[in-house]
Amino acid sequence: MTIRSLLIANRGEIAVRIIKAAKALGIRTVQVHSAADADMLAVKLADEAIDIGPPAAKKSYLSIPAVINAAKRAGVDAIHPGYGFLSENGDFADAVEAAGMIFIGPKGDAIRLLGDKVAAREVAKKAGVPTVPGSDGRVDGIVAARKVAETTGFPIMIKAAAGGGGRGIRIANNMAELESQFPMASAEALAAFGDGGLYLEKVISRARHVEVQILGDGENVVHCYERECSLQRRRQKVWEEAQAFLLPARVREKLCASAVALAREVKYRGAGTVEYLYDDETQDFYFIEVNTRIQVEHPVTEMITGIDLVQEMIRVAGGARLSVTQNDIVPRGHAIECRINAEDATRDFMPAPGQIGRLSIPEGEGIRFDTMLYAGYSIPPFYDSLLGKLIVWAETRDACLDRLKGALQQLEIGGVPTTVPLHLALAGDDSVRRGAFHTRFLEAWLEAEFSRQLQSKSEVA
Amino acid sequence: MSIKQVRAPMPGTFYRSSGPDQPPFKADGDTVTSADTIGLIEVMKTFHTVAAGVDGKALRFLVDNEDPVMAGQVIAEVDE
Repeated sequence: MTIRSLLIANRGEIAVRIIKAAKALGIRTVQVHSAADADMLAVKLADEAIDIGPPAAKKSYLSIPAVINAAKRAGVDAIHPGYGFLSENGDFADAVEAAGMIFIGPKGDAIRLLGDKVAAREVAKKAGVPTVPGSDGRVDGIVAARKVAETTGFPIMIKAAAGGGGRGIRIANNMAELESQFPMASAEALAAFGDGGLYLEKVISRARHVEVQILGDGENVVHCYERECSLQRRRQKVWEEAQAFLLPARVREKLCASAVALAREVKYRGAGTVEYLYDDETQDFYFIEVNTRIQVEHPVTEMITGIDLVQEMIRVAGGARLSVTQNDIVPRGHAIECRINAEDATRDFMPAPGQIGRLSIPEGEGIRFDTMLYAGYSIPPFYDSLLGKLIVWAETRDACLDRLKGALQQLEIGGVPTTVPLHLALAGDDSVRRGAFHTRFLEAWLEAEFSRQLQSKSEVA
Repeated sequence: MSIKQVRAPMPGTFYRSSGPDQPPFKADGDTVTSADTIGLIEVMKTFHTVAAGVDGKALRFLVDNEDPVMAGQVIAEVDE
């Protein structure tokens, strides 16, 4: 392996996670941080820490020169971008290479190709992966948009070609809405992403969000099976499971093979995720997008496969071949991840930075807590509200839900409101236990079921 | 003439306009009413409007656009 030292260009729980993986491989770690993050856990755990700028992310974690200069100063061999920030920025990957270092992830060209939603759709089609009915690439204007809608029907999604993470999406329920929303969506896309390009996709109602974890070394590609990520709020995942337990074996096989075919098409290197919508009724699945990075929910896959995905992505970036073949990867049991955020679930998920008081983390067989927290830590207000991820594994999904409930009850984070009560309610919910949910389930459930539970609690109190 | 203070209701990043290409909600020297929006605070990737909370003449900002602010920090002053 050519990587002996590694700079982590990220923060929070994922920085901690990367440091642990690097240490296990005997690699020296250098953690960059903003002025607001001098006290974060990753800084304490790394061998060296470098201040790269003010709290605003665009002046620190999103500044390519600031990160590259720190890496040069520290003399590292490689940079791991984590998720978010510069992780899917092809220009950053190029800049790292131009500076003579290794970028832990795919090549800049692959990031750009798969990051452009329209181009990625083309790659998927070429690899024989089904895509959601919609426009063939970018739509040139309202006349062309109208034609597409006449074929696919309503509701239809207007999406920014350069968008992602749920941003830049509008839904039109009829032709009049399409006509009024289309120009606004283009203006918004231009303002948000510097690219007013739009494309159209039919809305698959009552779909599940299913995604396949892939690993490539630039030559060989394997899949590490799939995850079920349908429980989302404002298009952000809240709770993730591995595997997608209701998927028929035949569909699973086709789905995973299609993700591998797509990754092969671009000679993928590193860890990545191919995201799909899955229609329970027709058993059809449709490609949505590729995430060319490690994802927040990667631990559920690690729990069922026993593969350390972060170590594997560091190894292949260093020039090693994949350490596993497809036959070596045998999923076992079931895993669920809950994202624990500093948000007040009783006040419309208002984010609540503050100082952590008492901290008590559950331990035991099948329980893992990936976190940035320690007692006394002050959560800065400048970044997202994710505090940690509780991941629970058991032989069966039912046993996993039971173990999860116990772990959530033992998890104590003092000082700030968190989303633990939400996860406790979900873990005890009958629909969740039956797996009777889809991508639009959670928001309706929050309005009806969860607010009823909050109401009855406040009456008792 | 007395001076009233406008304090940040929460910690985060202070913005004087609704977007990078938008004009500021208020300029130094403007008059304000209590309900007027004078800025936004971004906390953990969500945006919250900041109302003046006081009526007065000649608003003066004490923090710049995109400056980090603490909860309770005085972000502007208003002459009564």
